[in-house]
Amino acid sequence: MAARAIWKGKLKLGTTAVPVDLYSAVVDKTVHFHILEERTESRVKQHMVNPATNEEVPNDEIQKGYQVEPGTFVILTDEDLEKLQPKPSRDIEIMRFVSPEHISSQWYDRPYYLGPNGDEQAYFALADALANQEKEGIARWVMRGKEYLGALRSQDDYLMLVTLRHAEEVISAEDLPSLGGRALDKKEISMAKQLVELLEGEFDPAEFQDEYRERVEEFIEQKAKGKRPRLHSVQSKRGTSSLDNALSRSIASLKKQKEKVAA
Amino acid sequence: MMRPLWSGTITFGLVSVPVDMYPANRSDRAPLRMLSPDGVPLSRRYYSQESGRDLDDDQMIRGYEIEKGKYIVVTDDELEKLAPRKSRDIDLRRFVDDQAIPPIYFERGYYLTPGAGTEKAYRLLAKTMEENGRAGIGTFVMRGKEYLVAIAAENGILRAQTLRFADEIRSPEDIGLPKKKKVAKSAVTKFEKLIARRSEKQLSTKELKDAQTDRVLKLVKSKRSRGKDIVEVEEESGGDGNVVDIMDVLKKSLAAKA
Repeated sequence: MAARAIWKGKLKLGTTAVPVDLYSAVVDKTVHFHILEERTESRVKQHMVNPATNEEVPNDEIQKGYQVEPGTFVILTDEDLEKLQPKPSRDIEIMRFVSPEHISSQWYDRPYYLGPNGDEQAYFALADALANQEKEGIARWVMRGKEYLGALRSQDDYLMLVTLRHAEEVISAEDLPSLGGRALDKKEISMAKQLVELLEGEFDPAEFQDEYRERVEEFIEQKAKGKRPRLHSVQSKRGTSSLDNALSRSIASLKKQKEKVAA
Repeated sequence: MMRPLWSGTITFGLVSVPVDMYPANRSDRAPLRMLSPDGVPLSRRYYSQESGRDLDDDQMIRGYEIEKGKYIVVTDDELEKLAPRKSRDIDLRRFVDDQAIPPIYFERGYYLTPGAGTEKAYRLLAKTMEENGRAGIGTFVMRGKEYLVAIAAENGILRAQTLRFADEIRSPEDIGLPKKKKVAKSAVTKFEKLIARRSEKQLSTKELKDAQTDRVLKLVKSKRSRGKDIVEVEEESGGDGNVVDIMDVLKKSLAAKA
């Protein structure tokens, strides 16, 4: 089933414009629960109350405030907040291009596919050009009253826009103190490298399943059929041996496995 | 002091590395509180549809809706027991080139600081991955949810990035995007030239600033200096009124081990 576009815009590179549709690239697979009242097993409602009096404050009487110091708030009225909203626009402005290694994985937030809206030639030509040049575009746009930053990239012939976190949000490892301590043992470093190499492979997300989600879904299904599925307690394994010993035993066991596969 | 979001053990092979997990992102810089007409910070409460009365935590349960108005009740204890074995561990089963993970998978970042006991294994894992440019991939459970995670090292510190599971990502076919069209070479060259002309060697974080929040904070400052729209109430005792600086928490957590 074809998905519906959540937004329409124009990619702007200087004077060139490429019209696009925006689609979410992720599906929500979370098992969503509702909060129920235990006595009646019916849905609960929420409201805002004054904790001092336990009295409900209706929505139209609620004000929004920013706490400037404990107990002191500056009120921002609906009018204030409206004035602060960015001007609506359909333009996705590409400010510049950089190599992907300059965008840390920490910045990436939500991915969207872009689809061509009209000019398919220009759309696929831009995707090709980005792939050939191995670059990502840094984009800025306004969507539903919010300013966004994003990375425009090419993936398997298609254009994607991945929103980026703002600079103020991300804590960089460079700003954190490094760990001191005695120099590490050379033999242990070389064994650790050997161990990592033995576990090396391609990134293949299909190797990993959300086992927990599957178990919860299965459990709910069983319960819905009136069954009482058996449950087991969680166990945790703990390493006991010394670092040196654990490294050499791991290497030996992995080597043996590899020999078996090769034989 | 803020408690870690998660504490557990990273394992690779038979080696165990105890760690504490903290967010790698700061929270909203301009959180707005909901206030009563006279400025009292409000609390969100659940109440019964039937009696209209407020409910305490122990009067509520969790239900999965199987058809309209019909729920399957699932308890905390059941959820805990459904967690896969070894849920306190992140078993790094695979090490990959840390540049090879497509950005579409990245969800959220967390820093891992050395946990209880020795930090030798921590430093060893960090040094090895950083020098080899590798990220370890594994899964773990936190607060009733399983996460796929890539752990890499930078500046000697381990960082975990939660990843989306493969079935959470749509393909262009899922969305119904048109098949690729043959493109005129001249059209590609035109864009290549545009890209080359606008390429930079670095990405300046100045370009990634959050101007929208800055405007909110600027207005707050200006109203405050003019004494306009200010309310004062009796200071709250703790609660969510206290803003935690996650940077301080991380520095303290790392300094304790240095």
